[in-house]
Amino acid sequence: MVIPNLSLGPFHLVDLLPYVALVTILGVILLMTPFLVWYERVALALIQDRLGPNRVGPRGLLQAFADGIKLFLKEDIRPSAIDATIYYAAPVLMMIPALAACAVLPVADLRIDMGGGRIESIPFVVGNVNIGILYLLGLTSLQVYGIVLAGWASNNKYSLMGGLRSSAQTISYELSMTMAVLTGVLISGSTNMVEIVRSQAGTVADWNIAKFLPLGFIATVVYLIAMVAETNRAPFDLPEAESELVAGFHTEYSSMKFAMFFMCEYASMLVISGVATALWFGGWNSPHPALNFVPGFVWFILKVVAFVMVYVWVRATLPRLRYDALMALGWKRLLPIALAALVLTATWDAVRTPADKKSGWPVIEAPHDADKPAPRAPNAR
Amino acid sequence: MQGNSIGFWILAALCVLAAVQVVANRNPVRSALALVGVMCCLSVFYFAQGAEFVGAVQLIVYAGAIMVLFLFVIMLLNLGAPTPMMDRVGLSKPVALLASSALLGCLAFAGALKMAPGRAVKAPLPGTVQEIGYALFDPGRPWLFAFELTSVLLLVGVVGAVVLAQRRSD
Repeated sequence: MVIPNLSLGPFHLVDLLPYVALVTILGVILLMTPFLVWYERVALALIQDRLGPNRVGPRGLLQAFADGIKLFLKEDIRPSAIDATIYYAAPVLMMIPALAACAVLPVADLRIDMGGGRIESIPFVVGNVNIGILYLLGLTSLQVYGIVLAGWASNNKYSLMGGLRSSAQTISYELSMTMAVLTGVLISGSTNMVEIVRSQAGTVADWNIAKFLPLGFIATVVYLIAMVAETNRAPFDLPEAESELVAGFHTEYSSMKFAMFFMCEYASMLVISGVATALWFGGWNSPHPALNFVPGFVWFILKVVAFVMVYVWVRATLPRLRYDALMALGWKRLLPIALAALVLTATWDAVRTPADKKSGWPVIEAPHDADKPAPRAPNAR
Repeated sequence: MQGNSIGFWILAALCVLAAVQVVANRNPVRSALALVGVMCCLSVFYFAQGAEFVGAVQLIVYAGAIMVLFLFVIMLLNLGAPTPMMDRVGLSKPVALLASSALLGCLAFAGALKMAPGRAVKAPLPGTVQEIGYALFDPGRPWLFAFELTSVLLLVGVVGAVVLAQRRSD
């Protein structure tokens, strides 16, 4: 499907594409939240043999909107012993990284007719940054501040416990997640999200999960486990374990501030599913060339929806981990496995790359951006 | 004045303000948060200079991991405002004043040298992953040894912490 490079006043479609992507991606992620809540409740009900929401609107579809209106209209309770500035800043601090992470999500590759029969592939992404995946890692590591500060500023021991648990958990699982992501970067040979997705074009066998068998697969599994822990979802939802901590870090939050935490959970769920899709499951690429007639963004959305389904399924199936079991899983199982996968992938990659005869170092291809200076040859001083 | 330098001065003001808060604020959590602010400002500086990799690493390592641990410890010990017990040594204040003014003098001197017309950095430093990889692992350059030495130093620190933590009080 080739899109003409429409001329809109002084601008062309290509120039406006990042802004279109920004509005579309942010809009979709924010507007999806009510439907995600509905979907999660219905799916949980199905798995647990209940009816689930079915009163408001057709099949209960408007239930989440009703809940949203309720939260808007609720009294905003301000506990008396809080650290007010940090208390009010915490939900915002949690929302900013979740939404800022959308900036490097590669949704689709548009084929645009630049005029004169020249057709170029332009990625539908807000910022085609060179270090996209590192930017994502940085933002996910910043997201913990929202939870920690919410727990501390509430001046409530349950909230504080939730915040402490969250910081310990996020740091522990971030290590495994980073190692798994680095394995993916090694497999793809780029830190640019768009390049990572482009390197997986072809069939299912070209996706990162199937490359370097079984290392890609192992790294994918580690990433998927760590990503559930990073988003504080069941079975890793210890920061808000309701059987022990009332509601954990958001115990003292009411009205819209609570709703922001709630929205944040779903937004980061979508974003991190998008990252998993791009990094391991081929992003916008179709599973087989015969299916290439389906546009790329449809594949991307299908894969993200599948991940959300996995999230809900896991939540309904697995009980919450005990705290020591959580730490043992993170540090004693996932981290060594992820490290081993990383080292083995690197070794494999180095062995199959031909070595330079003079220096004995592997020959590294020059980056293919034409506007970048060519890398210096080894031994050039 | 270019847009770039306007952004620089705004960020610089923010960064200095946060840095002052780190030492001036009596609440340890707030001063740790101000330090996070300084780290984020530094990271944006790196990004603005084209050193995207260094900027991202600054964000991941310092703001995302080390400062979270700081906050974790402060919150775990539930430190309130510090009691005035720091000034036990009467000498520390004048020495600190002298040392910091010497540092300020050095920095101002270096800044004046850099700011002098004709001494401006001509091209942004390359900061891509490839460039850093070549700089580090090129056998013709000496940086790898220093880099490995630093990591040994960190390892010594980790081992030392484990030894200290394992020491029984009996």
